[in-house]
Order: sequence, then structure tokens, then C-alpha cells
Amino acid sequence: MNALNKVTKTTCPYCGVGCGVEATVHDNGEVTVKGDKSHPSNFGRLCSKGSALGDTVSSDNRLLYPQINGQRVGWDTALDTISQKLSDIVEEHGPDAVAFYVSGQLLTEDYYVANKLMKGFIGSANIDTNSRLCMSSAVAGYKRAFGVDAVPCNYEDLEQADLIVIEGSNTAWCHPVVFQRIVKAKQERPELKVVVIDPRKTATCDIADIHLPLRSGTDTTLFNGLLHYLAENDVIDHDFVSAHTDGFEAATTAAKQQTLSVVAEQCDLTEADVLAFYKLFADTEKVVTLYSQGVNQSSSGTDNSNSIINCHLATGRIGKPAMGPFSITGQPNAMGGREVGGLANQLAAHMDIHNPQHHDIVSRFWKTDNLATEQGAKAVDLFRDVESGKIKAVWVMATNPVVSLPDADQVKNALEKCELVIVSDCEANTDTTEHADVLLPAQGWSEKDGTVTNSERRISHQRGFLTPVGEAKADWWIISEVAKRMGFAEAFPYQSAVEVFREHAALSAFENEGQRDFDIGLMADISEQDYEQLEPIQWPVNAENPNGKQRLFEDKRYFTDNGRAKFIAIEPHLPLNQVSTEYPLVLNTGRIRDQWHTMTRTARSSKLNAHLPEPFVEVSDDDIARYQLEEGGLALVQSAWGSVIVRVQQSESVKSGNIFISMHWNAQYASLARVDAAVNPAVDPISGQPESKHTPVNIKAYQPEWYGFVLSHQPLNLNECDYWTKIKGQQFWRYEIAGEQALDSYDDWVKQLTDVSGDWLVFEDASANRYRAALIVDNKIELVAMFGPDHDLPSRSWLSQLFSEPELNDEMRNALLAGRPGAGLPDVGPIVCACFGVGENTIKDAISCGKAKSVDDLGQQLKAGTNCGSCIPELKKLLQSA
Amino acid sequence: MKQKLVLIGNGMAGMRTIDELLKLAPEKYDITVFGAEPHGNYNRIMLSPVLAGDKVIDDIITHDIDWYQRNNITLHTDATVTKIDRIKKTVHTDTGLSASYDKLLLATGSNPFMLPLPGADLEGVISFRDIRDVNTMIDTAKQYKKAVVIGGGLLGLEAANGLKLQGMDVTVVHLTNGLMNQQLDQTAADLMRVELEESGLNFLMEHQTEALLGDERVEKVRFSNGTEVDADLVVMAIGVRPNIELAMNSGLQCERGILVDDTLQTYSPNVYAVGECVQHRKQTFGLVAPLYEQAKVCANHLAEMGIAHYLTKATATKLKVTGINLFSAGDFLGDDESESLVYSDPARFIYKKLVLKNNKIVGTVLYGDTLDGNWYFSLLNEQTDISDMRENILFGQQFVEA
Repeated sequence: MNALNKVTKTTCPYCGVGCGVEATVHDNGEVTVKGDKSHPSNFGRLCSKGSALGDTVSSDNRLLYPQINGQRVGWDTALDTISQKLSDIVEEHGPDAVAFYVSGQLLTEDYYVANKLMKGFIGSANIDTNSRLCMSSAVAGYKRAFGVDAVPCNYEDLEQADLIVIEGSNTAWCHPVVFQRIVKAKQERPELKVVVIDPRKTATCDIADIHLPLRSGTDTTLFNGLLHYLAENDVIDHDFVSAHTDGFEAATTAAKQQTLSVVAEQCDLTEADVLAFYKLFADTEKVVTLYSQGVNQSSSGTDNSNSIINCHLATGRIGKPAMGPFSITGQPNAMGGREVGGLANQLAAHMDIHNPQHHDIVSRFWKTDNLATEQGAKAVDLFRDVESGKIKAVWVMATNPVVSLPDADQVKNALEKCELVIVSDCEANTDTTEHADVLLPAQGWSEKDGTVTNSERRISHQRGFLTPVGEAKADWWIISEVAKRMGFAEAFPYQSAVEVFREHAALSAFENEGQRDFDIGLMADISEQDYEQLEPIQWPVNAENPNGKQRLFEDKRYFTDNGRAKFIAIEPHLPLNQVSTEYPLVLNTGRIRDQWHTMTRTARSSKLNAHLPEPFVEVSDDDIARYQLEEGGLALVQSAWGSVIVRVQQSESVKSGNIFISMHWNAQYASLARVDAAVNPAVDPISGQPESKHTPVNIKAYQPEWYGFVLSHQPLNLNECDYWTKIKGQQFWRYEIAGEQALDSYDDWVKQLTDVSGDWLVFEDASANRYRAALIVDNKIELVAMFGPDHDLPSRSWLSQLFSEPELNDEMRNALLAGRPGAGLPDVGPIVCACFGVGENTIKDAISCGKAKSVDDLGQQLKAGTNCGSCIPELKKLLQSA
Repeated sequence: MKQKLVLIGNGMAGMRTIDELLKLAPEKYDITVFGAEPHGNYNRIMLSPVLAGDKVIDDIITHDIDWYQRNNITLHTDATVTKIDRIKKTVHTDTGLSASYDKLLLATGSNPFMLPLPGADLEGVISFRDIRDVNTMIDTAKQYKKAVVIGGGLLGLEAANGLKLQGMDVTVVHLTNGLMNQQLDQTAADLMRVELEESGLNFLMEHQTEALLGDERVEKVRFSNGTEVDADLVVMAIGVRPNIELAMNSGLQCERGILVDDTLQTYSPNVYAVGECVQHRKQTFGLVAPLYEQAKVCANHLAEMGIAHYLTKATATKLKVTGINLFSAGDFLGDDESESLVYSDPARFIYKKLVLKNNKIVGTVLYGDTLDGNWYFSLLNEQTDISDMRENILFGQQFVEA
């Protein structure tokens, strides 16, 4: 099915911006991508990650066949085994003894089928998703305020706003295309102001008119303070508040404590800065507050959301162009998952599990009498239940919880203990697949086909254009096949994604009658062709809104009991675990620009790896001095839950007392850099979202006996080293390594790394504990390794480039173990006077400038010919020929 | 009336002294030169390229017969001085010539050391010292095939390389396992052996020659381990000894060489000596650089300027042996207290080593890539602390920021 030289319109599988992508498969199998100019999310733009999608579609390290206990089996065997075991466990221990842990990278159709099987037919709500880690607080916030999980805004609102408040989001790196749209809008309309609220001074602050580096975890204080300021200064839309909301009094009363001075003190900001923000907010009608993980990943995550929404409700700045509280999601289909009910506390199609009417609707639609009645276990609790044995079988789909959940070692232990671990993934080797009893090969991006919903409720078609590798199957197919074998064949008759989509659309409209926000009923009978050609569209899509809807709540009608939006009275509280003498620093975690999630795809791209190749910790100057760290050295960061060893990066972006470690690295790419092993499992009491932005830790220098790096054309296994990290480069693999014990012989150690034979170049300064070696095969570099007593090793950049050289010239070869080209002393030319190393060019220069007219002159000026005299005939010749 | 200066030894050191003297005091002396060979002065170092066929004799003559005439110097070639009468201040030759002097300069050079082996007097057993030896080798190569060179030092390897280029099948016999052990450490020596083997030379390392066999002409070389190799020509190149016979017979103070002070004066006030025949502060000489320095100092005193004095400096050996660049200086082997920086690219026949003490260079051996030899040597002489450049110094000057 590889569509040669045909352009396929699809969507990017990374963040929640949901950019349109045009992919082309070339004759040589290469896949190139560019932004889809017609897609309304990105209008042709792509970020670095999206642009490198072509690099990520190789079949290396893909999971090709079903496996049971590491042995390849046929699909029938795998599916029979799974369904039998799941049925047995349900029969013996009840439906709550099984669980699905799914992902915002599943397509909506996959998600729908998974949710239907678990909640509708197994009869448990033990299906939760990695979206729990991402935006469940935003969901809970919207639901508390609007009665439903509804994002009111769209990207155009950002462009039209006069003030964008970016809270807890490094948009520049995490949602780069939205950021570019904001940058462009600000260029066109410099009066557009941007306020960034983030403890870190991130790349997003480049466009900030005001940056408020507030103390970690004090967001509700800041926004309660804003509400208080708005009330005090009567910047309130009284008509809207009285006609369309409840709870204003309680909310403002609760916020009374947060006076300007209290806010400044508690948030560790100056009163002037806080006031500047409050004034700007008060004075600007068109304001969008754009927020993400800094708001959500908090034990106050839901309150954080509502503290923002409160301010928009108080000013009536919602449901109008260029205004509103805008949660931006981290995954390509976090929104799709929310729509199908993929969270343990949702039912389906934005219906509530505890709402009897909803329960009845879904039961009848699905024709089941076994629909779950109680919430299931949310992510963190789910794996606790796995560890305790309450859950006996877990099926992980398209996600990597051993890396991404807080207290991640607990997840690892849980999976090790678990009776049945099923993992469907497109990757063969992840920290999670290592623990699978049954491995199922799923189709990946470029192969799978279905719909996704982005942060602005826009449903797009993610299309397949490559033949699936091996025996990889669509997730909806895998789940349906298991469902059939468990005895639910009638409910899972799907032959294609569109059949699932139609049912999903039909459910959203089933007995809806305007009661529920999520309604795409108009697509319930979509033809195969229309589905194939589906243009991006923002839900709801129903008779009232046949072309979708740009903005919600324009009618000021909310999906609460009384149709009014709810203020929430908020009492700020600090993060659950506070710093102590033992753990004096706050660990913040997050994304970097060029990696995505657990790197399973992005780390395949050498381009993306080049930005920040190694796991690192950002530390302020103060803390570098205080904890006796060294820029470029290694540090051990420990919490009460776990530890990592990462490279120290001096940073002006973190405040003293705070450090930042990226969330991406894992055991496939580094020895000990899975930061979530150290992250505390504190969660928001309502949303269950972990407090991944705030863990008390300590830090100290990690001082190995030696540091080193190896660049190798072939992949190596250096996992024995006490510290290692692996980076794919262009034509090479890079390994940064360190060891606590001196090696008996660097030379022996290096030379056993490869069986390839060629020319070995060696430099050794044994007393200084310095060793370098390179292997050259047919004048091409095969491997280079360098070791030293400290982290100050030669730059890898020039050496890296050599791997792309078709042939090394002599200069490169001679400079190789210096790690850089020479400073370019003048080329003296072929040596004429061997005694004094005088070259032909030097002699010619002396002659041509007129200074040297005789052999004697050359002798006096350059010493040439004055020792053994062997070169005098050549000197004479050079003089004659001048 | 001018004073008379007699030079015994028409070689590189003696004639360089005359060159320097003519620069300082061209009219001071009537000069007479006695030379045992039939030529003007030539550059002995260049005998190897002559043997290798790269040069002819004319190319290496530095002072031809005309030169002596032009400079009013009396040259007696083929004349070996056999007696010095220090009372009458005259010298006498085996050919019956004599000359009187006010100042006498001895530059009698050195003699190749010939092993006193059974068969050492056979035809076809020679040394490698002068034009005659070279001519013998070139002629032999036209008639014979097998050559054995005893001694894997600088001279032996050059002889071997030359003979190979003259078409002979050459075996080098060496007593130890390390070629050129005056200049190379074991690693460099091994590299050199491999490189020369690849170029077509044969080596018998750790072989002690016991006898040369043959009736009239040498036919075989026998070793102490009982093995033998065929040989039509045997070149002994196991070293030289200062030629001090004349000086001893003349009652001049000698040990291994003719003893001289810092002005190159012997124990006899009117007698000076320079070159490989002298011993200065316990040291004898074989390389050209100190000889030229002696010539300068000696000329200064012969010119009665009386201000220069000679002190032996550390010398670096920079050589191109059989086309291979070598550089060696100081304590290149090192000891327990020294540290070494080593770089090797054996496939390209490159090896570099610096020996350090207290972060100062005390020795170096460079094989194949000698570009930075002089820089290292000046750092050695100046005892520069190289701590700051230690990481890069071995890659060359261009890798060390100024």
C-alpha cells in the first residue's frame, strides 16, 4: 500500500497542536514530510519534531510479531491466550481485577473500542490513560466550571487577543507551532502583550512583556489574588456574573486573603510585577489564558484551572472571540481520548459514570447490561493496585508507564509482580515492553489510520501511507479480536476504522438533544469516502453546526444542572511534599524542544538528538556553588522515591532552590536518567493528576574515576558502564560514559568493543589518566573513543562530522585524536631542510619577498641547510627557479 | 710574514673550521691541508644518497680542488700524516712530505670499528665510511647478489637500503632486538623494522656474528646460534672510534679521544683538535651539529679573538633514514620518575613520544612525523612547563593555542 510519490495528507503524532502534515514516500523508500498549508492548525508550519518525522519511520527496533514470554507466536495464539486469561481472571476475581492503561497516542477509534470493551463489557472502569498525567486537571477544572470537559477557545483567539497569559507552559518548545502563531501575531500587532507565568525562564519568555517567575506551586495564590484585584477594582462583568454564573461571592470571599502583598510574598515576586500583571489583565478585554502542564501537574491542578476560569467568568471573558481559558494538551489525541471517555472517571462521549441517565443511555446504546457503575482506578492508583495484586492483569497500549508515571520504579515493581502484563506497542524495546508477558505489534504513525482531536477540538484524519511492518495491526482490530474471543462478538463487529467512527459519532448524538456538548452526530452515517476525505473540523458537528463550531459558550449556556457556569471558591495550598533539610531543592520536570515523550520515535532522528543530546539537570549559579557542582560534570539527584545521574547544565532559567530535568530519558538511552523514578507520586485529589512539577530532592556531584565517550558507526552495548547514555547521530552512535572503577587497560577495553579490523590510532597519557583511540577502516572512521580524568573531553562535534566524510584526508587523520582540526598554522609545504623542519613554502616565501638571495641568506634567516647541508642542492634549485 | 696553519684531516669538521676562520681572519694564515683521501672535501653524510643512487660524488663535494687554489690553500691529497714533531713544529707524511706550522689543527675523524672475527680479512668484507667504500659497494652490486650488513644502527641501515637499491638482496644482522637503539625506543624500533621489511630488507635480530666464512672472498656469515646465511658482501657498521693514533704517537694527551678544553685546544698550546677525534668533557662526537659548533669556536681562537668557548648542548638527532623521518632527543626512554605521552598510527608508520618530568620535556622520539621535533626540542632546552598544553602538545604546535 506504500503510496509511491503520492502526497498523503495526515497529522503529526506529537503534541496537541495537531498540525497537518503532507507525507511523500519516494522511490528509494525515503519518507519526506512538510506542513500542510491547508490545515487550519498550522497553515503549513511544522516544528523541528514534525519536520523530522521522515527520520522516524524506519523498521529498526519495531515490534514485528506477537510474542508470548519472548517467543514469537501467531496472532491467533496471542489473542486466544489473552482473551482466555482475561476471562479467567474476571471470572475468578471479578471485572476490577483487570485494567487497561492506554494513551493519548491511540486514535479515537482505538480509544473508543478499548473504552467500550472495558467499561461496557468487562464491566469495570479500570481503564485509564497517560492523559491522566497530562491534562486531567484541566478536564476536572472545565467540568467543575462548565459541567463538561469543553475547551472553549481556538488558535485564532490567540492571534486576535490583546493579552495572552501563558501559564505553566513552555509553549515555544512544547507547542512550537502555536507559539509561532503567537510570535507572528505579536510581530504584526506589537500591542499584543504576553505575560508568562512560570518558575523557569524558558524560551517562551523571549516574547514575554512580563515574566513572573513565581514560586513553584503558588499559581492559585496568584490567580486568587487576581480575582481579588478584579473584585476590588470592580473589573467585573456584573450582568454576565449574575445571569450566567453561580458562586461568585464565595469565590471572591475565599480570595480576599490574597492581597497584593500576600501574593507577592507567597509567590516570591515583587508587588510591582504582580500589580503590573493584574493591571494589564484588568485593562485588557481580549485576554486568553493559555495553560498547560505547569498548571495541570500539581496537587492543586484542578484548583489551578478553576482559579484561571474564575477570572475569565468574573470578567465575562469567555465565549467571545479572543478570550477564554485555554488548556492546551500535550498529546496528539488527548482530546479524542476525552471524547470517547478514556479516563477512569468518565463514561463515554462526555457522559458521566455516576450519572444514572448517562448510564442508561450508554447501556442501551451499547446493548449491554454490564456497564461499569463506579469510577475505576486512576493511573497512579491503577499501578498501586497492580502491585498490591488487586489488579491481576494489565494491558498497556501505546504508552510507556515505566518511564512516564511518577515513582516509576513502583510501576516497574508492579509490572514485575503482575500475573499478566500485555503490551501493545509499535516499539520492540521500551522500559515497559521489557516487562510484558504478551507483546502485540501495533501499527505506528504512517501505518495506522483514524481520527485525532487537537487542543482546539479539531478532528483531523491521521492517514496511513506505509504498509505496516511485520504483522503489525491496528489497535481497534486487536482489541475487537480479544473482545470477540471473550464472547462479545456482537458488540465488536468492526471491519474498519470508519465503522468504529460512525458508532462513536452516533453515540455522541444518541438521545443528546443539546444536553451534552460533545455531539458529532452529523457524521454518524459518514460514507467511507467522506471519512477518507474528512477535512479538519471542530466539534460539535450536528444539525445546528454542520460545519463545526469555532468557539463554545457563545450562547452563555453551560452544561451544568442549571445551565450556569460555576465559580469555585479556592483556598490555595502548597505542593504536597515540601522541601526539607534532607531534600532542599524543588525538582521540576518537563519537555525539551526536540524530544517527545519517552523518545521511542524522536530519538531515532539524529537531527533531533543534536539539540540536547544528553540527559541533564539545569541548575542555577547559586546552587552550582552551594552544592559544589561543575558545569558539564555529572550530578546525582535524589528524592525519597528514586534518583538519576545526569549532566549538570548551568542555567539562568531556573531560580536558586529549583532544578529542572527533562522527562524524556529512559533505560533504553541512559543508565539512570528516568527522572520519573524520582518524581513524587503526589496527586491532585480531584483529577488524580500527579504533581510532576514539584518534588523535593537533593543534588550532589557524581564523581567517577573516569569520563569518556565513544562514537561508533555501529551500535555498541556499553550498558556495563556505571554511567552511560546513548545518542543516535548522523551515521554514528554516540555514547557518553563514566566509570567508578579504573579500567585495567583502556586499550584492551576499547579494542574489544568491535570485531571490525582496521587501523587503530592511539594517544595515551597514562599518568594523566588520558586515553584516546580511533579505528579507521578503508580511510573511513569506524570508531573513536576518548577517556580522561574529568568531564573536560574534546568536543564531539567535529568528530561527529567525520562520520559523514566519504574519506578522511591526512589532516583529518592526524588531527583525529586531538578531536579538532589544527589551528591552521601556515602550511609549510614539503619539508626541504629536515634538520630544522623548514618547508618549501617557507623557503619560497623568504626568496620571493626578496630577503633571501643566497643559500647563506636562507641559512641565516631560516637555519635551512646549516646543519647537515643535505638540502643545499634543493635550496640552490629553489633560488634558481625563483 | 703570515703564520702557518696546518690542518691534518681534509674532512667536514676540519674544513668547516677553515671556512669559519676565513670568514674571521682571511689573511692571518698560510694554510696547508693534508688529506688521506684522493678528493677535495666532501659531505660524508651524503654518502648514503650516493650509494642509494640519488646523488653522484660531484654533488657531495663541498670544497673541490679549485677551491683550495682560489683560497691559496695548499692541499695534499692521498697524504697520510704519520708523524708530528712538536719540538720542530713540523708534520711528516707517509709520502715523504713535510710541513711546518705555527698552529696545528687535528681533525683526523674516526675509524669504523671492525669486529675482530675469523674471516674479517676476507675479500668482500668492508666498512661504510668513505667514497672508496661506496664505490666498492656499487661495484660489488654489479656482480654479486647477497649482502649482509652487520649492525642495525643508522649507518648500517643506510648501507643496507643503498645496497638494496643497487639491486642486492640484503640482510641486516643486529645484536639486540632494537634497531637504532641510540635513537629509538623499542616501539619505534619495531615500527622501523616492519616498515623496512615491507620495503624489502631482511632482518636477523638478536643475532651475534661468530665468523665470516669463505676461501678468498667471503661466502657465508655464521652466527653464535649455529645458523648461517650466504653473503657475497659483508658491511660492518657497528660503530666508529676516534682516530687518535697519530695524536697518541705525538705525545698528545688522549683518552678515548684527543682531550681538548673549551677552546678546542689540546694539552699542547699550539695544537687544536676538532671533530670526531676529540674528547671534550668526557664526551666524544658522532653527529654533525656539535662538530660545526666546535669549528666555529676553534676558528675564533685560531683567529686569536679568544672570546668563544665550546659547550656541548643537548643535541637532537633529526634524520631521514632510508626515506623515513626520525627525530630523537634527550632521555627518550624515561625512567620510573618520568611520564610519557604516546601517539601511534602504526598503519601509517607514525609514532610519537614525549618523556616528561615535572611537566617538562626531558626526551622525545618521533617516528614518521617529525614536523614538531624542533619545537619539542626547544621546549626541552628551555625547560618550559607544558602543563597547559599537555593534552594537545603531542598533536603538534598547531593544536596548542599560543
